[in-house]
Amino acid sequence: MYCTRATAGMRRTMNSEGEVVVPIRSDVDVVNARQQARNLVSGLRFSSSDLTLIATAISEVARNIVAYAGSGEIVLRVIQRGERQGLMVVARDGGPGIPDIERAMQDGFSTSGGLGLGLPGSKRLMDEFRLVSTVGEGTEVTMTKWER
Amino acid sequence: MRASILKQDRFLIASVQGSMTDADLLQLREELAAGVRRHRSTGVVVDVTLLDVMDSFAVRTLRGIAQMIKLLGAECVVVGIQPDVAFAMVQLGLTLEGTMTALDLEDGLDVLHARHGGNAANYE
Repeated sequence: MYCTRATAGMRRTMNSEGEVVVPIRSDVDVVNARQQARNLVSGLRFSSSDLTLIATAISEVARNIVAYAGSGEIVLRVIQRGERQGLMVVARDGGPGIPDIERAMQDGFSTSGGLGLGLPGSKRLMDEFRLVSTVGEGTEVTMTKWER
Repeated sequence: MRASILKQDRFLIASVQGSMTDADLLQLREELAAGVRRHRSTGVVVDVTLLDVMDSFAVRTLRGIAQMIKLLGAECVVVGIQPDVAFAMVQLGLTLEGTMTALDLEDGLDVLHARHGGNAANYE
């Protein structure tokens, strides 16, 4: 029964640039996105601890998409800098946007009744983190984790 | 639901399986509340050994489960948080403050026996 549901929830498209695009519409997709990331980086030199940090950060930004925008997508891409490889995660939605980014990046600030740790916490979990948001247009979080 | 609940004497043992969706976690909360009432349980162990990620929603729900069980007059111990998961929780800024934790199922049951007695008398 679980297999059927897991398969049904597994929506994935690898585009011509080698990106994995995971549509995010519900809590099932949140789990799907972090599993897709684990699959994509299985050949990279990430420690199990790093894999958990990445999965947790993806869970937070995917959860934000569901909570604030209703739907959006997570794009996963393996990137290269010199000898090192890394995983770039882009979480994108066409939702209401974030009016006060500075406050949204503070621990404990939430407008959805959550713990308010998603964005600042994800920044701590990853190596690079960038947040671009326009009110009325949407939000894009780009974050990267590099192999040790 | 991706969790199973076993009854052992006055205790309930809930084992979480792999990846839990939000709906799975909320269902676990409902079933534990019903289970504690039905079986007049004095303690609950929530075993998260197999959980690969504990994000803010999972932690908030677990804290809620523990507080709810306390209000019903029972005790709750969360056991089996993996070291990688614990590290990620700390980085994220999440705590399970106010919730009892133990290394594994065995230790969790020891904690409950020590606090509530369970049916420890039967073993003596």
